[in-house]
Amino acid sequence: MASVSVPRTAAGILRRPTATTGVWSWFTTVDHKKIGIMYGVAAFAFFLIGGLEALLIRAQLAGPELSVVNADQYNQLFTMHGVTMIFLFVMPMAAAFFNYLIPLQIGARDVAFPRLNAFSFWVFLLGGLFLYSSWFLGGAPNGGWFGYAPNSTTDPSVGMSFYALGLLITGIASAASAVNLAVTVINMRAPGMSLFRVPIFTWMGLVVQFLLVFSLPIITVALFQLLFDRRWDTAFFDPTRGGDPILWQHMFWLFGHPEVYILILPAFGIISEILPVFSRKPLFGYQFVVFSGIAIGFIGFGVWAHHMYAAGLGPVANTAFGISTAIIAVPTGVKIFNWMATMYGGDLRFRSPMLYVVGAIMMFVIGGLSGVMHSVVPSDYQQTDTYFIVAHFHYVIFGGGVFAFFAGLVFWWPKVFGRMLSERLAKIQFWIMLVGFNLTFGPMHVLGMQGMIRRSFTYPEALGLTFWNQMATVGSYLIAVAVLVFIANVVITQRKPKGLDDEDPWDARSLEWTTSSPPPEHNFDEIPTVHALDEFWHRKYVEDERGRVVRVPAGAAPDHDPARGGGSGHAIHLPSPSFWPLVAAIGLPVMGYGVLYSWWVLALGALVTVVGLYGWALEPSVAEEA
Amino acid sequence: MAAVEHAVEHETTTGLPNTKLAMWLFLASECLLFGALISAYVLYRGADPLDGPTPADVFDIPYTSVSAFVLLASSLTMVLALSAAQRDDAVRMRLWLLTTAMLGMIFVGGQVYEFTTFYNEGLTVDVNLFGTTFYVLTGFHGVHVTVGILMLLSLVGMSLAGRLPADAAFPVEMVGLYWHFVDIVWIVIFTVVYLIPTGTAG
Amino acid sequence: MKSKARWTRSWPLALVLAALALSACSDPNLPQNTFAPAGPVARKQADLFWPVFWVAVGVFLVVEGGIVWMAIRFRHRRDRDRFPAQIHGNSRLEVGWTILPAVVIAVIMVPTVSLIWDLARPAGAGALNVTAEGHQWWWGFRYTDEDMRTSYDQPIVTADVLVIPVGRDVSLSLESAGGLIGGGPEQADYAVIHSFWVPRLAGKQDVVPGRTNRLVLRADEPGTYWGQCAEFCGLQHAQMRFRVVALPQAEWERWVANQKRPAVTPTDPEARRGMDLFLNGVSGGGQCIACHAVGGTEAASPAGPNLTHFADPTHECFAGCIWETSDRAALEEWLRNPTQAKLGSKMPDYNLTEDEIDALVAYLYSLT
Repeated sequence: MASVSVPRTAAGILRRPTATTGVWSWFTTVDHKKIGIMYGVAAFAFFLIGGLEALLIRAQLAGPELSVVNADQYNQLFTMHGVTMIFLFVMPMAAAFFNYLIPLQIGARDVAFPRLNAFSFWVFLLGGLFLYSSWFLGGAPNGGWFGYAPNSTTDPSVGMSFYALGLLITGIASAASAVNLAVTVINMRAPGMSLFRVPIFTWMGLVVQFLLVFSLPIITVALFQLLFDRRWDTAFFDPTRGGDPILWQHMFWLFGHPEVYILILPAFGIISEILPVFSRKPLFGYQFVVFSGIAIGFIGFGVWAHHMYAAGLGPVANTAFGISTAIIAVPTGVKIFNWMATMYGGDLRFRSPMLYVVGAIMMFVIGGLSGVMHSVVPSDYQQTDTYFIVAHFHYVIFGGGVFAFFAGLVFWWPKVFGRMLSERLAKIQFWIMLVGFNLTFGPMHVLGMQGMIRRSFTYPEALGLTFWNQMATVGSYLIAVAVLVFIANVVITQRKPKGLDDEDPWDARSLEWTTSSPPPEHNFDEIPTVHALDEFWHRKYVEDERGRVVRVPAGAAPDHDPARGGGSGHAIHLPSPSFWPLVAAIGLPVMGYGVLYSWWVLALGALVTVVGLYGWALEPSVAEEA
Repeated sequence: MAAVEHAVEHETTTGLPNTKLAMWLFLASECLLFGALISAYVLYRGADPLDGPTPADVFDIPYTSVSAFVLLASSLTMVLALSAAQRDDAVRMRLWLLTTAMLGMIFVGGQVYEFTTFYNEGLTVDVNLFGTTFYVLTGFHGVHVTVGILMLLSLVGMSLAGRLPADAAFPVEMVGLYWHFVDIVWIVIFTVVYLIPTGTAG
Repeated sequence: MKSKARWTRSWPLALVLAALALSACSDPNLPQNTFAPAGPVARKQADLFWPVFWVAVGVFLVVEGGIVWMAIRFRHRRDRDRFPAQIHGNSRLEVGWTILPAVVIAVIMVPTVSLIWDLARPAGAGALNVTAEGHQWWWGFRYTDEDMRTSYDQPIVTADVLVIPVGRDVSLSLESAGGLIGGGPEQADYAVIHSFWVPRLAGKQDVVPGRTNRLVLRADEPGTYWGQCAEFCGLQHAQMRFRVVALPQAEWERWVANQKRPAVTPTDPEARRGMDLFLNGVSGGGQCIACHAVGGTEAASPAGPNLTHFADPTHECFAGCIWETSDRAALEEWLRNPTQAKLGSKMPDYNLTEDEIDALVAYLYSLT
């Protein structure tokens, strides 16, 4: 390192960026907090787009045989709705929370590989934009998020090629981010933070990263096979040449079911983190909750074929997967009982994050129960591919996941932005969303059992499905209103001057609240030493001899001084901003277009990425001080 | 790429460098990638080719055995490179890295030649499932070897330009991990694809 | 004592829920209602659904009721600033509520597994064998039994409507029958995955190209049972519908006898003209017989729906069962512009003249 005298760049064209403020700094930042915010903003934008697609879908289904959109447009809408919500909203929104919070919760200054972190974000964003460019280049993906071959390999529109390439690109982002965050949690914890002092949210984050590391390669191979079948006429899923379409299903769901837990475990983490704060009790059975999360992760790899009961795998497979599906309900149930026990005997303060968290638990229970019903294979023959399933997974992913995300947003907003969201508006939003959500997805259970299939752009009046469909449509627009309330809340809040009356507005428990809000760029002036689970709480309170909780007098705990976080921290070497992750990321969608259109473009994209990687490799991670 | 992200590494919780941990996680992920590719090959092996050549028609086992041996030998030279790096012997390190890269190039060159021959004998990616699974599996491996060669050559280049960190053995060790992994994968592929008879031979 | 209060409060809720659930179910006027089973397979599936449903309702009431009760009982009160007892866990309790759901699930799994194997049994002797073929986007049915061959030595083939005898097992072989037919990629009928579903008779079974899946079903009462493809199969997946018509024995025998006869040759001149167009091509050069078969004529292509007995009363609907066969205007509109009437339909637009449409409709309606 000593040999590097000037912050040289490989080509000498780009001067190393140094600014940490201003618009440009966002493009070159390697700060996990800024990257976390960008993940959040991008994911929320995709949430709005995916939501608009959902509103169009509900408009089309508001009555029998409507023609708001035609069959072709509808197929693109529901496919993009699913792909967007799963890959471009829930996963990156979870990544936003992980990125921002994990280093703070474990007392680290950043993630293990800050530039790789920036690379992950840019690849995700560009991959999402690549997918959406398909609307203008011959049609969006139209074969469902599950992309069943051979429909997906034979469809004449270019859409499913965008699907394969887009998901490959965002998969690279997820894989890089997963390795990065897993290493961060394993290797960068503050002194004293043993594994069982790691905050529960970070624990669930770690499980998710491992799920990603082991499930993404499988979908990667499947997507390549799909792409090659489409683009170069390989025979992987072509039955006329002996290929087996069921192979795609196995590979897709071998990824796809762990993916379900990738989507929901972050929510479990948020719930487990927030519930104790507002119950004013520690999480009941912390170790049990950790182990149940790990168990869910493991068993999640063994249930994939419950998506395929009707595919004709035979009674042996259906029995095995029915039983494994039932078993996964056990660790899930453990979590819910532990949450209930956390609330039991507590001093429950229903501030807005608590409302969302309790709402999330209650909605998730409904989705969980309908999920257990999927282990009952013979009755699932009736339910599969109907709106019963649509109802089920929206109760899990929206009811459990999105409600928990809003809980997390309201709860950590002061930490991230130094401003409190309006409690009033947050609560109004909660109640509108709760009603709208149940009105939308509750009736879908009935619709499914009364014979409404999924992915259907129309239904005849004679099926008698009109009433509940109308209810669902009304509900979906209520959800839209709730989201607008949230946006209004954000706009109003961000216009207020920065500053919190109370640096610890919720009487929180974990390490991220020991630093200032928002935290300084280096997170902690001094890396904290951890003595307990719920470290921050234990700095504020002690139990006396009779087990009563007593507040530590201010100033008595030398470690606790939130205001101190704003110190200069000039002696700390943080990784410097860099262009190269962005450059390397730009090459990937270019390569994607190359696969579709021209070898030259493919080569150009590869060149851009390689140049980016070399620039990255040759640049020291910390620039020499001028 | 991961091999050079080591610049600022503080004391870690486990005592292992972050980069090494990341490399192991990455390789674990890669195991599943090749596992899925090999599974696809195995699931379709022996399927009656409606058209086009079978493995027995095209494979030249002695030829491929030689190139497999070359790749295996490169693992040995990789070890020698690391050992030289640990002794701060930059000259020998570069020499062995170059040798490793050369052996890798011989392997990839052999693969290109093999593909060309097979192609001329009528085995294309779209002619039958054997062609599809064979080219995609061995092609993915070939791309991995090529990336490895680029990393090896980059190490040599950086070493010559004096841009390797003081602890040069570390990046060499990381690239070495990757290189050995790619070699081991080839042992599996070679065994599964070339050595185990398919049953429909003849 | 407190749990007692919870229970007394939950019962009315349970009753309301029960009433709601029951009112939603078992309405046979909804043609695809899984709660109104009309055959043993669907009935067994529904009979398994309900007990599991009530178990779920029980868990729902305990958990959700518990949460709501705690939210009220343990809510923060202004006059109190106590810290609750700091309980970190209780291993015995936690092991308990790990075992409890495991037991509940084990109980549910017993009838589940037994029914999986029950439903997987092949049909007994005496079952009617039919091959159901999924196309993009309509269903064809081929009766493969020896005694179901026509006088012109072909199996009986129908499109859009599967006709079965009441009270007899029907053993279905499910095949994806698409294959390339002329035209460009837009016009090709690809062999893709479909799923055969008649909610009131049986749960789904997928139709997978390259495989033959089986499904046994039976109708206990005469009637028409609606079904549709349940696995996304491309552009018009939503309009890949079909019906199962279950006939009493006497009617069934009459139907079989009629199906065995070749198509009638119409005597009405308009219909005769239609037959000529059908067999010899229309003015734009289009050939109906490129895809369609009419038994007893030279039209024998299996690519499109078989039209031999198009106007038989059991053939209630056409083009993926999105129109009633009796709806003359719909039939005309379909012939006028098939790819617009059903967007992306594989039936090509032959630019028929109004005159030709009238003749063809007359011909089709003569095919009883």
